[in-house]
Order: sequence, then structure tokens, then C-alpha cells
Amino acid sequence: MLILTCPYCGVACDETELSPGGEAHLKRFGPGSSDEEFETYLFHRENPKGVHFERWRHAYGCGKWFHAARHTMTLEVFGTYPAQVYEPPEDIKAAITAKVPGWSWRDFS
Amino acid sequence: MSRYSAFAIAKEAFREHTGWRRTWGNPEPKRRYDAIIIGAGGHGLATAYYLGKNHGIRNVAILEKGWLGGGNTGRNTTIIRSNYLQDPSAAIYEKSRSLYEDLSQDLNYNIMFSPRGVIMLAQTEHEVRGYKRTAHANALQGVATEFIGPERVKELCPIMEIRGPRYPVLGGLWQPRGGTARHDAVAWGYARKCSEMGMDVIQKCEVTGVRSKDGKVAGVSTTRGEIDCDKLGIVVAGHSGVVAEMAGFRLPIESVALQALVSEPIKPCMDVVVMANTVHGYMSQSDKGEMVIGGGADGFNNYTQRGSFHHIEETVRALVETFPIISRLKMLRQWGGIVDMTGDRSPILSKTPLENCFINCGWGTGGFKAIPGSGWGFAELMATGASPLTAEFGLDRFREGRFVDESVAAGVAH
Repeated sequence: MLILTCPYCGVACDETELSPGGEAHLKRFGPGSSDEEFETYLFHRENPKGVHFERWRHAYGCGKWFHAARHTMTLEVFGTYPAQVYEPPEDIKAAITAKVPGWSWRDFS
Repeated sequence: MSRYSAFAIAKEAFREHTGWRRTWGNPEPKRRYDAIIIGAGGHGLATAYYLGKNHGIRNVAILEKGWLGGGNTGRNTTIIRSNYLQDPSAAIYEKSRSLYEDLSQDLNYNIMFSPRGVIMLAQTEHEVRGYKRTAHANALQGVATEFIGPERVKELCPIMEIRGPRYPVLGGLWQPRGGTARHDAVAWGYARKCSEMGMDVIQKCEVTGVRSKDGKVAGVSTTRGEIDCDKLGIVVAGHSGVVAEMAGFRLPIESVALQALVSEPIKPCMDVVVMANTVHGYMSQSDKGEMVIGGGADGFNNYTQRGSFHHIEETVRALVETFPIISRLKMLRQWGGIVDMTGDRSPILSKTPLENCFINCGWGTGGFKAIPGSGWGFAELMATGASPLTAEFGLDRFREGRFVDESVAAGVAH
């Protein structure tokens, strides 16, 4: 069972307490953007067999959105962090590099 | 290759069954093929078979990183139905179901198609209305279904408790020619025929890269060397994103784990397939007597081929209410498959940004029932560049907003 620690309330919660929210760090495109940009924003998704960044909501707890760094093949959790950032914090990146040297995800590595 | 028949069994009985030959070959990859299919699951093998049978393209290799039919083809709950709401879905699934009817004869391999009938239970007023609408749509599409009342549901499946306190059975969408088939045999039967046509089914051969030249596909790099091809078909279900990345394009797909489980075998008690979408569960009885149960998919990306325990708990809890008889059953096995979910929950059978490279994916939780129809349409697309079966399932529908809005109609047990 997947266990993630909510970065706001510090509770280690199992997945029944959480709602998955899909890919993290999406750049939003709205009116005035091209068809390609809008398609990419709405539909194209990273689907790696490896390191992945996701949004989760502590639905049956504090109710807040947060981010998680996870491995989709081993289900190992590298860390969780608050949602008010544009990219993963350095300590999370370092934790991933320690376990998965040479990883990359979108423009991050 | 010898033909399977009662006569052949009798003949072999006289020589102590020493004359049977390998069902399919185990060839070394050649340097070049007219067409390469990545993925020897049901959809990949069916594509190769119809490329040869309908379009005369027989210099074909089917590459498989593991073993034949070892992915979702061997991991599903074997249900076959075509009672879909939208015209494009009904067309391809009904083509598929109708091909299943005589597939054993066509392949000369017993796939044990059993048109025992499929009921989709309506357990809320909304479902009653939804399924009546589907029944009317199916009548226009030429798919034989009807909406039946609770008494008829009870008659077809006596072990069901239709007055369940929480979700009483208010009726059902009944497709009498839906049913089940032996899933492995579908892959084996297609592989045997492909092999017989001179195609190379190459197992333990993982594709590690896709080579292109001037915007056209040139070949693939594999763990067993470089192979050139004119046309490439990517039919790898859950790993579509991984192979698409090699070919240089992205997909509107996320891979999640979908689970199923079977009980210990019991005496025959249920001769129809029952799906209950409101409570997220479906059940049928296999020929061995096991109750085959399918449940919900995880909500997060996952390549582990196992799923979250709480989905099993939810599925079984819901089914026990509708089928009190199973409350004491022990469950024998549980497993998961990696399903490729698209933005609109409908499949993608399409050309790609790379010329002569085609992709067949996104079947999500409903791939097994579609194997023959998907192979038929995708082979036509690969051979001629267009197919009426696949026209609405192009990749560009996401940019243009032409979704095949079937998830509304099918919910979880797609």
C-alpha cells in the first residue's frame, strides 16, 4: 500500500486517505495559446517507467494539495513537498539522485 | 503445418502422438521485413494475421520482449461484448464480437468462444435511463441488445440478490451474443496462423530504439540486433508511452494497474457474465468453476503489474451484496495488468508524426474483447493508410476536440 507523508500536517497517510491528482508541475495554457500548446497542456502526459512527479490531495485529512516524487516501477517514494513551487526542491532532487543516478523527468534532472 | 481436427487426433492416437509439431516457430530475426509489429499480444498478433490474410503482406515480424501473450492478453477477465453507446465504438467492438463468433474455425484453433450472454446491471435510476438509451442506440447500430426488467435478470442469473438493500437491481442491458473466450488461446491461435503464413514471431526480443530517416521510419534496434522495416506498428498497451518516446512523439496516455482475481473452483452456478458498474465489479464463472472477478483501476501511474489492496476490498464487498452466495468463497489468485488510459478513455488507432509508423494503444480496461476487430482495422490502416473502423480513433482528435465520449457510457468496467 502506498504511504505518503502530507507535507502540511505531517501525517503519514495510506492511499485510501488521499486522492491522486495526476502529473505535477503542468504549465497552464489558456486563451491566446496555440492548438499544440493547448493540446499538450490538456492531454499529453509524462508516463515514465521510473521517476515520476505527481499531485496528490490529502482528501480525508487537511484537504490540501501537495506534490510527491515517486518511482512507478518500484513504488518507492522519494519525498513529498508543498504545491506552491514551479519545480521540485533541491533536497528532493538530491534524494532521487542518490537512489536513481542519471534520472531525468521533463526538463528536470 | 498440420490441420487440427478429430481426424488428426485419431491419426495421432495410432502413432502415440509423436506427429504433433511445434505450434509456432522460434526463428532468428532477419535483417529486414516489410512490416514489423512491436508486441506479440492479442492485438499485435491479430494485426499481423489480418495483414497477411486480408492484405497479402506476409514478410512480417512480430517482436515481443517477454513471451507470447504474457501481458494483458493473459491478464484480463476474458469478457466479450459490444453494447457501446457511440457509433465508432459500437462499430469496432461489434466487428470484433462478430469475428469472435467463427474465430475458432478461421484459425483452426479452439478459442472456446462461449456466447453465454452479458448483463450490465442497472442499479440506479440514472443507469436505467442510460442503458435504455444504449439499447436504442444499439438497435440503430445493428448490435443485438435489449433492456430487461429485474425479473428477467433473476431468471438469467438466479444466484443474484435483486432486492439488495443498498443497490437493488432495477433492470439490465442484456447482450445475448456477448460472452467469454479462452484468452491465451486467442494469442496462441493467431500466433500459429502467423507462423504458418511465414511470419516470424520473435520472443525475448526487446525493442530498445526506433530508427528513422528523413522523417520516415527506417527500422528498430533490439536486444537481438538491428532490424530494418518499411512499416512499423506499435501495439504495446501499457508500455506505449515508453516506445512512443523512442519514436519521438508523445501520447495522451497514462499507464495504471487494473486488477482481477479468481476464487476457488465451485460447481456451475452462473452461466452468464454480470457487470455492475455502479458498485465497480463484474463476475463470471470460468469453465474450471472459478468465479472470475474484475475490479477498479488505480488512480496513479504504476508499472508494477500489481494493484492496491483497497480496490479488491471494494470490489468484493460490493459483489457480496449482489451475490450473497460468494461470501464464504476463498480467493485463489489476484493479479494486475498495466492498462493504457487515454484522455477520453477510447483507444487510439492512428498514424503518428513519424511517417509509416502506426500506433494501436489506449484500449485501457477493455482490450481483450476488441482483439479481432482492432487487428482487422489496424491492419487495414497499416496496409492502405485508412480504415473505416479506425477513422474516428486518430491521435489528432485530442487537438481537434473530437472525442469518442465513451467513458460516460462504460464507466469503470470498460
